[in-house]
Amino acid sequence: MPVKVTKAAPELVPGVRHPLEKWLRTDRLPHIWCSGCGLGTALSAFLYALDELGWDPDSVAVVSGIGCAGRVAGYLRLDTYHTTHGRAIPFATGLKLAKPDLHVIVFSGDGDLFAIGGNHFIHAARRNMDMAVICVNNFNYGMTGGQLGPTTPVGARTTTSPFGNFEHPFNLVHLAASAGATYVARCTTLDGRRLQKALVEALSHKGFTFVEILAPCPTNYGRRNRLGEGLDELRYYREHMVIKHGADPKEADIAPGKPFLVGKFVDIQKPTYLELYQAKAREIGGEG
Amino acid sequence: MPAKTILTGVHFMNGDEAIAEGAIAAGCRFFAAYPITPQSEIAERLAWRLPQIGGMFIQMEDEIAAIAAVLGASWGGMKAMTATSGPGFSLMMENLGLAVMTETPCVIVDVQRGAPSTGLPTLVAQGDMMQARWGSHGHYEIIALCPASPQEAFDLTVKAFALAERFRVPVLLMTDEVVGHMYERVEIPPEVPVAPRRKPRVPPEEFLPFQPDPDLVPPMACAGEGYRVHVTGLTHDERGYPDMTPEAHDRLVRRLVDKIRLFPEEYTFYEEVQLADAEIAVVSYGISARVSLGGIELARKAGIKAGLFRLITAWPFPDEAIHKLAQRVKGIVVVELNLGQMSREVERAVRGLVPVHGVFHAGGRIHTPEEVFQGIEEVYRQCR
Amino acid sequence: MSELQERVAKRWKVPKGHIYVLEEFCKGCGFCVEFCPKKVLAQASHFNDKGYHPPEVVDPEACVLCGFCERICPDFAIWVEEEGKSDAG
Repeated sequence: MPVKVTKAAPELVPGVRHPLEKWLRTDRLPHIWCSGCGLGTALSAFLYALDELGWDPDSVAVVSGIGCAGRVAGYLRLDTYHTTHGRAIPFATGLKLAKPDLHVIVFSGDGDLFAIGGNHFIHAARRNMDMAVICVNNFNYGMTGGQLGPTTPVGARTTTSPFGNFEHPFNLVHLAASAGATYVARCTTLDGRRLQKALVEALSHKGFTFVEILAPCPTNYGRRNRLGEGLDELRYYREHMVIKHGADPKEADIAPGKPFLVGKFVDIQKPTYLELYQAKAREIGGEG
Repeated sequence: MPAKTILTGVHFMNGDEAIAEGAIAAGCRFFAAYPITPQSEIAERLAWRLPQIGGMFIQMEDEIAAIAAVLGASWGGMKAMTATSGPGFSLMMENLGLAVMTETPCVIVDVQRGAPSTGLPTLVAQGDMMQARWGSHGHYEIIALCPASPQEAFDLTVKAFALAERFRVPVLLMTDEVVGHMYERVEIPPEVPVAPRRKPRVPPEEFLPFQPDPDLVPPMACAGEGYRVHVTGLTHDERGYPDMTPEAHDRLVRRLVDKIRLFPEEYTFYEEVQLADAEIAVVSYGISARVSLGGIELARKAGIKAGLFRLITAWPFPDEAIHKLAQRVKGIVVVELNLGQMSREVERAVRGLVPVHGVFHAGGRIHTPEEVFQGIEEVYRQCR
Repeated sequence: MSELQERVAKRWKVPKGHIYVLEEFCKGCGFCVEFCPKKVLAQASHFNDKGYHPPEVVDPEACVLCGFCERICPDFAIWVEEEGKSDAG
């Protein structure tokens, strides 16, 4: 196979222009995600947001974890870091503190961010580390075959809850808000331009911001829970989602068969970790 | 309260403090750690010093986060370090593997204490030496240095940063609680070489981030420099793209090993004391080497010509030097605060030429010179 | 993985511009067909190399170039272009 350089010509198709191609490693497409998977939609929405923000691509860094969502890093023509399971956030912390002018975004999945990575999430939120965390929530561990995860709804069948899950899942919106995130929103992959808007807000908001994106996983979660096509899960979202901005995060639970909230839940301002650190350094007469 | 970056002058400080100053002198401006005895003084001194000199100190929520932050900071272009002891060292292993696989320069300090498990949090041991070599999963090469004094702790920390940049590898500073807590004279020079990072020499359109130079180490393009590099812990090709074929994997792993193994002269340090006429060599490192000098003195008084071969570089192990040593002595004693870790490497390198006897203690205290002397006597008897 | 140089996109003229479909990327999820508010698209009877039926434009006059197909597609397989915007990148 000829070895090409990493910043090669961005064409998706010779002679034709795809609006997002400048952000993509087009030499690595088509991507590995399944038919009907929501990740491609989430990735697209993220790229529309970057386009709208007008940032210099050289100033954007994306850090991902392990899992299907973690593979996003490999398709982006940016400085991207595909790190260890659950550890994207602390890696991103070091990256951002070393180079504060970088726009640092963490893009990962529900299991990676909230099971193995849960501790790192709450501390980065607590410190108001200046980064955006995008969580594609497909309610299971897709890459490894569909095991239950911290967001799997009660009663759902997964490979490690073959008789129906009895564990209560996280309400990620509530968790993020409680931990100190200064911007919290939830969308589904059906939300189109609303999703783009939420991502634009999250990316440009100072501090620790969080966007949860509900996405279909037809191959694993969907198949075992009567949502066997991506379309089935999107239809489920359309029937059950309720757009309500400014709702109490506590009301954002997702229970099977019940309506669930999407929208913006938290949008506040607080000093970031770095601002506080630099203020303290100046206070003691240091170099900030 | 000094705000100078390099504290030139003569100091009375302990090993931990010397490590902190060595890091600052070497250009380290990012330190992330989680508190653990007996590392505390390293973190506490850096928490005090770094904000004063434009550096970044952050106490992370656990050791896994600490090493992850160090890797991120390194990719952000900074020289970065963390420090810990046994339990934290164990937690760091997965990300140490990520550092190896992504060729991320960084320094990791392990101030060893009684183990396994919680063990003896405040007391000395040297039981993490094999873990330093093989603690992460998979096959890889690593560099580990062992200081035997606060002065050496300063000097080797500086060296560790230089080796990390030269080889694009995490470098381990394997010290112990006694060296960490003992107070001795530390002389800090007016300046210390700050090792440069090897940068790309071609523009982004022509750059392959994991295409090595002739010495098998690739230049490193950090975030925000316009090179748009994809860095992954998956097996990857020269573009950095995942390539999960057996051929790519074997090629990559071999390069990660060879890039270090082929240049032993750049990192193999040891000290010889009274070995010129020695019949028995004591091989040791860290605080145990200091005690061994006492045992050697007792042996000399008793008429046994003994000398010390002090390992400064523990990994990669100095096979050739130890084998040559075995060719000129009649017996070897290995003194360490574990039940036989570096001694196995010594045996392997000696290849049966002479008897190798271990003077071991699991830790909690250092050896006595008498214990070392007894070991020297024992092997002296064996080789008569 | 398709070679960049060999990729070809199908193109349809619609009142406000064009719709492009990169058939070989399509994974037949059906999202664009289902959620197009004007029912412009349908799954073709032919299929691509991977066995998926890509979308085709069956009612071009109904298209208002809302771009939702482009938004919802997970595979960069369908997109729109407004009249007057240049083709090549």
